[in-house]
Amino acid sequence: MSAAETHGYTPGLRVTERAVIRRLRRLPLPGEVHVKAGDEVRAEQLVARTELPGNAVTVNVAHELSMTPQDAIDFIIVEEGEEVQPRQIIAESRSFWGLFHSIARAPIPGTIETISDITGQLLIRGEPIRVEIDAYIDGTVVQVQGDEAVVVETRGALAQGILGVGGEAHGQLRILCEAPDQVCHQGLVGEDCADCILVGSGRVTLDALQAAREVGAAGVVSGAIDDVELDEFLGEPLGVAITGQESLGLSLVLTEGFGDTPMRRRTFELLAEREGERASINGATQIRAGVIRPEVIVPEPQATWEAEGEQASVGLSVGSQVRLIRQPYFGMLAEVIELPEELEEIPTEARVRVARVRLQDPGEVTWEHVAEPREVITVPRANLEIIEG
Amino acid sequence: MADHEALRSILATDCGSTTTKAILIELVDGEYRLMVRGEAPTTVEAPYEDVTRGVLNAVREVEELSGRTLIRDGSIIRPQDDGRGVDAYVSTSSAGGGLQVMVVGLVRSMTAESAQRAALGAGAIVMDVIALDDGRRDYERIERMRELRPDMILVSGGVDGGEVRKVVEMAELVAAANPQARLGAEYELPVIFAGNEDAREPVREALERVTQLTVVENLRPTMERERLGPARGEIQELFLQHVMAQAPGYPALMGWTDADIMPTPAAVGTLIEAVAAREGINVVGVDIGGATTDVFSVFEGTFNRTVSANLGMSYSISNVLAEAGLDNILRWVAAHPDPRRLGNEIRNKMIRPTTIPQTLLDLTIEQATAREALRLAFDQHKMLATELKGVQRQRDIADAFGAAGAETLVDMMALDLIIGSGGVLSHAPRRSQAALMMIDGFEPEGITRLAVDSIFMMPQLGVLSTINEQAATEVFYRDCLIPLGTCICPAGRGRDGSPCCRVTMRTDSGRRELEAAVGEMHLLPLGEDETAQLTVDPVGAFDVGAGRGRAVSGEVQGGVVGLVLDCRGRPLELPEDDTERTEAIARWQDALDVYPRLPEREEAAS
Repeated sequence: MSAAETHGYTPGLRVTERAVIRRLRRLPLPGEVHVKAGDEVRAEQLVARTELPGNAVTVNVAHELSMTPQDAIDFIIVEEGEEVQPRQIIAESRSFWGLFHSIARAPIPGTIETISDITGQLLIRGEPIRVEIDAYIDGTVVQVQGDEAVVVETRGALAQGILGVGGEAHGQLRILCEAPDQVCHQGLVGEDCADCILVGSGRVTLDALQAAREVGAAGVVSGAIDDVELDEFLGEPLGVAITGQESLGLSLVLTEGFGDTPMRRRTFELLAEREGERASINGATQIRAGVIRPEVIVPEPQATWEAEGEQASVGLSVGSQVRLIRQPYFGMLAEVIELPEELEEIPTEARVRVARVRLQDPGEVTWEHVAEPREVITVPRANLEIIEG
Repeated sequence: MADHEALRSILATDCGSTTTKAILIELVDGEYRLMVRGEAPTTVEAPYEDVTRGVLNAVREVEELSGRTLIRDGSIIRPQDDGRGVDAYVSTSSAGGGLQVMVVGLVRSMTAESAQRAALGAGAIVMDVIALDDGRRDYERIERMRELRPDMILVSGGVDGGEVRKVVEMAELVAAANPQARLGAEYELPVIFAGNEDAREPVREALERVTQLTVVENLRPTMERERLGPARGEIQELFLQHVMAQAPGYPALMGWTDADIMPTPAAVGTLIEAVAAREGINVVGVDIGGATTDVFSVFEGTFNRTVSANLGMSYSISNVLAEAGLDNILRWVAAHPDPRRLGNEIRNKMIRPTTIPQTLLDLTIEQATAREALRLAFDQHKMLATELKGVQRQRDIADAFGAAGAETLVDMMALDLIIGSGGVLSHAPRRSQAALMMIDGFEPEGITRLAVDSIFMMPQLGVLSTINEQAATEVFYRDCLIPLGTCICPAGRGRDGSPCCRVTMRTDSGRRELEAAVGEMHLLPLGEDETAQLTVDPVGAFDVGAGRGRAVSGEVQGGVVGLVLDCRGRPLELPEDDTERTEAIARWQDALDVYPRLPEREEAAS
């Protein structure tokens, strides 16, 4: 590796107009696949279905009949494998010529799975739980993996976010803001936002999210949010960035993070150009190993163009376009002009690998810690991410 | 592998969840020394799904730095031949989330807690503890077991000759859940039964149909006795046979190593136990990582480990904020940062976990957060590292539902050494920062040595100690452990400014006396290879180990920081008044020369 190139940087988020996007749609257990390779599918279309074993409920018959497990077994009147209805009598005892009568009933509908003569317990397995998987994106089924999964492919625009909440959603893109740094507030959300994916730009406010949920919007994409407002939206503090399972009635994708950070201009313009088109979003995020980022996909299923190449494998080098991802320069864009080989001391006294970068838009510096906005600054390489194509 | 006694070179790797770290150790003039260290991203996850790629990348960096060829045909050359390769290769692993175990027992504070200790001691993350008194209904327990997908389940319950029926009921619950293993859909989930020996047969009947059941000796054969060894050993054995064998690339990696691959925390625990045994001391070790904080302790020969799964400095930093609260973090900062901005910055660290503090204020906030993570993790450790509950009197299960808490084994006054590791401690720009973080987070009492792991190689040295203790020991003391010094912390309370203790220190270069007042901190220079004869004479309200007001004398060791005299009292309480608090924090930081200048001055300057 040359001195001017390094892999010691944070891979950036992908924002591209032309990508070939494949998404695996997998059932938790084998089941039925309802499509075949070559089928064109819509995002909301069912592609596979299965049934998970139902919840299990135990009934302590010995306790219900007030006798030992060994005695209770003789009074159980159902057998393993038998179906039962709710409130159906499953064990019954009579003593003193019927004077004392004890019964145990099935608490749920289901099937008797086991009867234990050691514990006097009986296990009822409830009705199977149906799981259905949709296509998530408009596209074509390109692969069927047995009775478990399919792969859907589309061409289209892709913008990865940094953090999302809520699961998958799809709808028509509707742009709420006019510039990348505008605060996305309640007043911008109207009744006509129902079923849409709403695109803000800068910080989205809690009241805007609540309004979007009230009018029945499918999702919101915006640059950033205040941490306390996200907690309130979630109903609990977000402790670890493993998300996607929340039931919020609205999915949210943040492209930049927390605070007053504007959406990257390229992302905003890419989405703005596609206003009115169908889009799919997924709020699922997992920052730890096996990074999963939230995403916005705007499919063009009929397109035939060549995809833009992924640039993730290109290392950081002089001339790289980067974004600064830590205070005091958080959110600013810059160009790498030098990558010193030797470690250098930064204001914390830590000796680290640094990059010298030229800020692209120093006039926009509004962060209070930047004492003297300079055109060329020195930053730890760990605090910049390369802008991916 | 070459004869253990004649190892000339050793390669050791630790496959972490994010990074794979490799170290090369060589025998130089009769002593084992660390030569170089390399690292590369771990490759267990997609798109690579082969742990050996990350291992080879890390080893390649070691090759480049050492100029020694270590890899041939995609494998590590062994034994050493003509300056190429190494005589032994060992590895630890916590990749893919480490070893994840679910624990089932009868009573939460008794057999379930013993089982939890066994799993933690084996290096596992305990995902949940299911017990009769956990406040859940059966269907909730079953749902929980189904959704968690652990690597294995440890079932305990009942002392030998005791309760059988309830134990079998719990086993039936496990069977009803029919839990699936996390890795590899095709194989049955390993389950270990380590409960009442009389329950073995019915438990077999309940569980053998749906799980891969192993039965080991009861881990709580009597109320008075824990026997964790067999269960711990079986967990590690199953970790190798099943979990590792299913993880991407591990079968190949297992073929390369000269000792069984150990879960990373188990290896660290092995090393800390060895240090405590060798020196005959009480030790606390902490590894504060990005996602989790592990705490290890050995008191009077009893080893305990806890892992706080959601207390960490990057992935889990928001959880530290949620659990500690913003005020508790800010109390350690000698400045007044805007709370809104601070909350957002902590969240931004969570979503961009590899970034580092760039301003002094940012550094102080990160280190303040670390203090709270250490405090919370240590509180959790003290609650689990206890004497056996249920020992003092005869009782049955019903009694135990209302059982009072047992005494913690963690005795801060008897603690001899604290070892810190993890980026925020090991890579703090000044060593005094690491020392003060550990003192504030753990609140040691009396006289305690402090050290940090220079580059976090305790896992590799832990697994190395299983094949060559000499090599592990020599590298540990010469290249791994950085002595920070000794802290003297009188326990007790007093009015600020009133006398606390008199300290007399004698070294080769002379004698020094110091009268210290309550609320003060002092730093007395004493270098890394120096010792001093010290007498600490506390006033009546304070205790340094011999009782209130009684003097203590002895030899103390220096370090890269020196001797820290902490007269703030115990338990540590910060001034309630905001101005007084920030002034006190600034004074203490200045006394220990912790920061180049105060953050508030930096903020004022900007």
